[in-house]
Amino acid sequence: MTAIVDYGVGNLFSLQSSLRALGLETEVTGEAERLRAAERIILPGVGAFGDARAKLDATGLVPVLLEEAERKPLLGICLGMQLLFDRSFEYGEHPGLGLIPGEVAFLGEDLADGTLKVPHMGWNSLEIGKDDPLFKYFKNGEYVYYVHSFYARNCGDSTLGTSRYGTLAVTGAVRRGNVWGAQFHPEKSGDAGLRLLRAFAEL
Amino acid sequence: MLAKRIIPCLDVRDGRVVKGTNFEGLRDLADPVELARFYNASGADELVFYDITASAEGRGLFTDILRRVASEIFIPLTVGGGVRTLEDFDRVLKCGADKVSVNSGAIADPSIIAAAAKRYGDQCVVLSMDVKRVEGRFRLFAKGGREDTGIDAMEWAVRGVGDGAGEIVLNSIDTDGVKRGFDLEMLDALAARVKVPIIASGGAGNMEHFAELFTHPGVDAGLAASIFHSRQVDIKELKRFLRGKGVEMRL
Repeated sequence: MTAIVDYGVGNLFSLQSSLRALGLETEVTGEAERLRAAERIILPGVGAFGDARAKLDATGLVPVLLEEAERKPLLGICLGMQLLFDRSFEYGEHPGLGLIPGEVAFLGEDLADGTLKVPHMGWNSLEIGKDDPLFKYFKNGEYVYYVHSFYARNCGDSTLGTSRYGTLAVTGAVRRGNVWGAQFHPEKSGDAGLRLLRAFAEL
Repeated sequence: MLAKRIIPCLDVRDGRVVKGTNFEGLRDLADPVELARFYNASGADELVFYDITASAEGRGLFTDILRRVASEIFIPLTVGGGVRTLEDFDRVLKCGADKVSVNSGAIADPSIIAAAAKRYGDQCVVLSMDVKRVEGRFRLFAKGGREDTGIDAMEWAVRGVGDGAGEIVLNSIDTDGVKRGFDLEMLDALAARVKVPIIASGGAGNMEHFAELFTHPGVDAGLAASIFHSRQVDIKELKRFLRGKGVEMRL
């Protein structure tokens, strides 16, 4: 069973539907026991970092997630991925879960070309920098769907793939141990996204 | 690099897709779920659904359709039509929409933009505008393009983005249904004023019109209905054609 962490952030309809379309058993849950029972965990999220972190803290699930991340595959999507890092500078400074080294900063700060729009919204090609089982069914350069204004940087060798926005290499996918992250939305990235989710489900 | 987007638009009334010319004389075309599947397979980058149903019964049909589309098609879905309150946002988002477009609802109550952006995020709020030239100015129209609001369209866009609209659909009434190309002058005027993604709507008649559209760097996406529904332009073929012209496309 794949558990989708329910902490009151974002719309889980598409994520759940996409996993169902792959024939996977899923459960949207905010219960520690169900996360412990799951074979793998997905941490979703949209909105602002500080707010999401506060909501996640309020569920009391943080220690469970940190523990389970040692044992089973965990995938953070979009803001759920950003939560995996050390800290975020979205409206102040907020601590992340520290599962992957790096920090989350405003995209506009690092874009050399002032005419580029923020949010970075739409389909961008994901260039694989490091091969990984997550890309088992994914071809280098396929397009994935992004919607975000903040991005992860200084991720060191955790970076698996990036997408180019102007001259900036935007962190698209990361991994450290059992923990994976996708800045884009695999559940909104058409067939290519479904194939990434299938590969995650086989980890 | 970020690709330009091709977006088919489905106007749905009482559970069926319809498309009019110059907003008048609607005619029935197809089943929305069937059409959505077809577009997804053809490489559409996003789908827009406008609910033009008047009755409560028809609205129920619409949310059923939306739920069916969203449970099998995994590309971004934008929903508009009759959105006036946060409850309307909530209703369609729960059925699997990713973005909600407001038009007349925002004209009736501009505070809906800021309220929705605060609750669901800027990326979720699309400001859709029907614009027509009146006495040499770009004027905002309401009620499906039937009513002149007297509001300057560009001022309206700037205000909407300031309030948190994350994207704008600019539909030119002057070019809509005429099939002689997008309203490039109007689009350039908008791009000079706002820094959010702009979706061009109204006027697409052939593939060249899209090629011409994307020579304007301020435009992020092209939206059309009848030329896609009638199969006059095939999306797959269009995207290959555009890539051949050097436009970044997801193929």
